[in-house]
Amino acid sequence: MTGTRVRRTDTLLGLAAWLVGLLFLLPFAWMVLTSLHSEADAATNPPSVAAPLTLQGYREFFGAGTGVSPWPPLVNSLTASVLSTLLVLGLATPAAYALSVRPVRRWTDTLFFFLSTKMLPAVAGLLPLYLIAQNTGLLDNIWLLVILYTSMNLPIAVWMMRSFLAEVPQEILEAAAIDGAGLPTVLLRVLAPVAAPGLAATALISFIFSWNELLFARVLTGVVAGTAPVFLTGFVTSQGLFLAKVCAAAVCVSLPVLVAGFAAQDKLVQGLSLGAVK
Amino acid sequence: MSTASLPDSLEARALRRGRTAPAVRRPRGAWARRAPLLPALVFMIVVTQLPFLGTLAISFMRWNALDPAGRGFGGLANYGHALGDPALRTSILTTVELTATVVAVSLLLGLGTALLLDRRFLGRGLVRTMMITPFLVVPVASALLWKHALYNASYGLFDGLLTAVGGAGAPQPDWLSAVPLLAVEASLVWQWTPFMMLILLAGLQSRPAEAVEAARVDGASSWQIFRHLTLPHLRPYLELAALLGSIYVVQNFDAVFTLTSGGLGTANLPYTVYRTFYDGHDYGLASAEGVIVVALTTVIATLALRTVLSLFRAETR
Repeated sequence: MTGTRVRRTDTLLGLAAWLVGLLFLLPFAWMVLTSLHSEADAATNPPSVAAPLTLQGYREFFGAGTGVSPWPPLVNSLTASVLSTLLVLGLATPAAYALSVRPVRRWTDTLFFFLSTKMLPAVAGLLPLYLIAQNTGLLDNIWLLVILYTSMNLPIAVWMMRSFLAEVPQEILEAAAIDGAGLPTVLLRVLAPVAAPGLAATALISFIFSWNELLFARVLTGVVAGTAPVFLTGFVTSQGLFLAKVCAAAVCVSLPVLVAGFAAQDKLVQGLSLGAVK
Repeated sequence: MSTASLPDSLEARALRRGRTAPAVRRPRGAWARRAPLLPALVFMIVVTQLPFLGTLAISFMRWNALDPAGRGFGGLANYGHALGDPALRTSILTTVELTATVVAVSLLLGLGTALLLDRRFLGRGLVRTMMITPFLVVPVASALLWKHALYNASYGLFDGLLTAVGGAGAPQPDWLSAVPLLAVEASLVWQWTPFMMLILLAGLQSRPAEAVEAARVDGASSWQIFRHLTLPHLRPYLELAALLGSIYVVQNFDAVFTLTSGGLGTANLPYTVYRTFYDGHDYGLASAEGVIVVALTTVIATLALRTVLSLFRAETR
């Protein structure tokens, strides 16, 4: 009797989970469907769910109608995201080492300094950065974004890498030292295997946040170094229909993040929780 | 046993290391320790702290880019102007309301979905993947999607569904002008619920199964288990999710900029400062606003940091 009731509750809760999942997927699914419709079918009321599919929106995104290629902004986004991610890993890993394996004095204060910079609103430093960039010729230069995205993600990366390196038992390091292992050996043989998943999670998060960034890119870049999110805002026009085109563009620009995030869901969780969840 | 059970604090590590490597007390050793930290530390100070000093300096200046001749020392005039401006005060309230609503609602929804996903059922991995999709859509893309494909009053999905259900006479609200702030919040809740869900789900899955099993054998109800076992275990995860969510949502620019362009009472602080600087070209006033934003965030950030610190202490213990 209770067995059947428990089973029925289980089924109902499973159905509820499916329902919630589908509900959250709905806007995204609608975006994909609309991107595959013609502009006329995309703008009907009630919605034309079963309208014929076309790749016209994607052709428009790749410049069929206007001749404007999306590649320069996409390449800019890729450059800024990848270079800043590499810089983040290069700076965060040694710093995390100095905050966990061989900690400096007052290492918790340093760790919290890093986190506190994350709470300083980005907009508060925007104007001086703009003026400095203007005077040094860095305005509309992708390297400026590389530097700013690095500063945006470095605190998260330091926290994450520290939490990974802190997992290495001190005894193992001591044993290695007693056995006469030099620093390179310890780094490669003992720390690298522990740090590798941390590096992957850090890289994923750093890449996603850099790829997504809009405010700095909008204010500090123009026609040369404009990134994909800035390019995306340009698809909305005051005249004519643009919904399918915008949805196609939104799908294309989100694609790298979607692929990376789906492929590494567990890394996503580690990264988002600053390494607190393993 | 003796070293393993010691709190993994700085003292304990120094103690342990003291036995094997007494050389670390020498100043050269201290600098060797600091060396790997310095590049990151110097980078962060130069890129985040120095610009803020610049903002602080400019906030005391009369400086409008459209009036270069009028540049000079302005004392506290910008602060008087900023604090006397009802638009700025409104945007402070808007920021608080927006952040609190989005974080609270997505935390609750995230908790609900995490509890649903913590159970075994057919297609659980697929549902989890579906749930995190909103978080992986680029925020600007998401804002454009909500504005044009969902909220639009003539061809948006929401009104389209109303027509499909209610026929030609169905109400067709213009969501963005009828409930502008709610519309912005809803789109952000969609984006941030997966974030909360992921952290809370990881928390649920690290819950010791034996304790739950034992409680169930002892006849505890599901609600009792949730209230007395699950919730206390989840507390640090809830705090972490709320804190990190707040850090990101309080700075939100993309949704406000794209959905409403700050109109109809949706302008939050980042957007207001952006407008003063980018459209108003009043560098002095924008800087004063920036400093006020920092002052306010510092209050909240101090509280938040204290929370992380206590979590952190509990973790390293």
